[in-house]
Amino acid sequence: MTTFLNTNTLPFCKGCGHDLIARNTAKAVENLGIDILDIIAVTDIGCHGIIDKALNCHTVHGLHGRSSALGAGITIGLNDPSKKVLVFVGDGGATIGLQHIMEAARLNLNMTVIVHNNFLYGMTGGQSSGLTPTGFATTTSADGNPFTGYDLCAMVHAAGANYVSRIIGIGDISPTIQKALTIKGFSMVEVMEICPSYGVKLNPKRKFAEIVEASGKPLGEWTRDRLPFEFPKSRKTTDLFEKLAKVNIANTSKLNKPVSIVLSGSAGEGVQLAAGTLTKAALREGLEITQKGSYPVTVGVGFSTAEINLSPSEINFHGIDIPDYAVITSTDGLAHSRKRIEAMTSGILFIDKSLPIPNTGAKVEVVDFRSIGARDSSLYSIFVFAKLTNLVSVDSLVATIVDEGKADKLPLEKILKALESL
Amino acid sequence: MNIPDKSKNRIVDGSRIIIEAMARAGADAFIGYPITPANLLYSYSSQRMPIMLAAPDEITTLQWMSGLAVAGHIPVTATSFPGFALMIESINMAYMMELPMVIILVQRLGPATGTATCGAQGDLTLLRGMISGGHPLPVLCTSSYEDCWTLSAKAVEIAVKLRTPVILLTSKEEVMTQKSFDLTKLHKIEPIRQHYYNSDEPYKPYKPIELIPEFLPVGQKKHQVRLTASTHNQAGILMNTDEEAIANTVRLEEKVKKYLPEYTFYDYHTQSGAKNLVIAFGITAGAAKDAVAALNSMGIITDLLIPKTMIPTPEKYISIISKYQKAVVAEENINNQFSDMIFGTNKPSNHRFVAGIGKMITPQQIIKEVQS
Repeated sequence: MTTFLNTNTLPFCKGCGHDLIARNTAKAVENLGIDILDIIAVTDIGCHGIIDKALNCHTVHGLHGRSSALGAGITIGLNDPSKKVLVFVGDGGATIGLQHIMEAARLNLNMTVIVHNNFLYGMTGGQSSGLTPTGFATTTSADGNPFTGYDLCAMVHAAGANYVSRIIGIGDISPTIQKALTIKGFSMVEVMEICPSYGVKLNPKRKFAEIVEASGKPLGEWTRDRLPFEFPKSRKTTDLFEKLAKVNIANTSKLNKPVSIVLSGSAGEGVQLAAGTLTKAALREGLEITQKGSYPVTVGVGFSTAEINLSPSEINFHGIDIPDYAVITSTDGLAHSRKRIEAMTSGILFIDKSLPIPNTGAKVEVVDFRSIGARDSSLYSIFVFAKLTNLVSVDSLVATIVDEGKADKLPLEKILKALESL
Repeated sequence: MNIPDKSKNRIVDGSRIIIEAMARAGADAFIGYPITPANLLYSYSSQRMPIMLAAPDEITTLQWMSGLAVAGHIPVTATSFPGFALMIESINMAYMMELPMVIILVQRLGPATGTATCGAQGDLTLLRGMISGGHPLPVLCTSSYEDCWTLSAKAVEIAVKLRTPVILLTSKEEVMTQKSFDLTKLHKIEPIRQHYYNSDEPYKPYKPIELIPEFLPVGQKKHQVRLTASTHNQAGILMNTDEEAIANTVRLEEKVKKYLPEYTFYDYHTQSGAKNLVIAFGITAGAAKDAVAALNSMGIITDLLIPKTMIPTPEKYISIISKYQKAVVAEENINNQFSDMIFGTNKPSNHRFVAGIGKMITPQQIIKEVQS
């Protein structure tokens, strides 16, 4: 028994390198004099993972390949460099969880990963892993692995780790583990072993040292000196309700029933801004509103549509099947809303004069929305809409823009002048 | 007639209310990977949560969250089906380790990537079967902005109290729609305090009191903490299938079911003489409210049930549904998932369905089915 281990009898096959790693980790911990409950051991799935019941420190045993990510979460959560998050993972776990190791190295988290690389999946029957050397025989490559194993150390070092080392799992490896545990930032030790149950039996005539050399993966250590990641002890947070703009609300609206409006134009022509201005103006007048946008995932191209409901009472259902009003400012907008317009049997269609008028039961108002310039055509369209329908007043639209401090940024005067000539 | 005071109305989306509620309830970390339509939840969290980190994928998201929970935090994430699918194994891990956290699932049209910008209600069956062994994990579904506030806080509270992941189910149409709303109507949320084991006796991380084990984070120096996702005894030692270990796994299901009365939420609007019932949850509840109001104004007396606790399913829903000659279930899917979850293939003869995908169920569809 040691400070680190609660038993001398470890649960590994005779000759397994996992046993050596556990005992040398214990030695390193004792040499460093680390308080055992300052250590959080995170183990993976695989033969090495059954060590956790033999450990005296905190232990967390998760899913296959995810121990580095789980350990990263603990490191972030503790946010305390005096704690040692120690991750044990096999070559299989390192393969399936490669991204997790790379990410922890990229963030340079204060944690240590020890990779038990015995060149194959021991627990499931000796299959090849992503770290199996070329030519090494496994149960799934009896003639020798035809592929190259990852150079895990090179990759993790390149990702930003402060310390990476590859060693052979023979003799006293505690100095390397000890060094890794003292590193500030991310450290990883890849220990090359040979599985006595599968590796030795399937490669009977090969010496361990020759296998390591033939793998083409150099032994050694690679360092860098980056600041480790620590989350700020206190971070400025913002109450999400305090950020909401206050609106001067006066119950001036004469609207006595819900109305639905579809505003359709082109991306980059201010459709959503115009819709937001309209709904805020309606809010000022004491109306309830809903607003949602619809546009392609590539938000800078194609149609842009806003669906708006205005109502004197609470709006429960905010979908719009067939709108009461449609405001169409461009070819894209017409294409997107054409079916709805054709389904209208009443209401009003406001449509730019450059566009063909679809078959519709709605009253049609043709307006030269684009005369104001394509970029401002949607904003202009809601002013026209307000003036011709009186559902929301032009004054409320102006007040909304002024209150939001946008009077200088938007062509308000130009729009109001154009409106006069309607 | 009273004129409602609208002077305090603001324009707000469900995402903002959900994240603010969770933060006030004590959630202190958001880990996430962006996905439409959950992006507003992500961006608000970056302003609101004391810890906010961008994970490189959704598996990492859940693993980091689990690590944070192991260290004593209450983490939250938000995603939609494609991301949620990647999280499922790790949610099973957190369920087995008994780690508190909340996953906000914003439904969109599937299968697979489907249509990212179209709402849906197609993930309920998935949630009911997502824990290997068929064990339930708590799922609450919001159907109004008040729910976004109340149920979000409850989700955090249940996660901590029951030591379990909790799913908050919502939809694109709720978290991305801007709507006028009086925030001053919302009640005050008190932050949940995590209770830690504080005895001098050796700590057993899975020794239950009333089915729930006391929690202790790693890193403290008083007791060793052992957590594992494998079948384990009360000490947290992997134990294959011995009696104590199997009892521990059985307890996970019993725990979630035992406390169901404490997190059973639904709205039930009744009128005397009603022979019809409309049942709708989530984003279809708004259409159902309008439909029921219209039916009653037409003299077709109709009651309304809005389930909010989806999993485990409260027995109360069955007794309510059985009272009516006609029970119309409206869901934005084509396979009646809510009804399937309760009744399976043996649906009561009073059941009628309003189903559809690709657009919101309308009040008119519901009215038509009640009238038919």
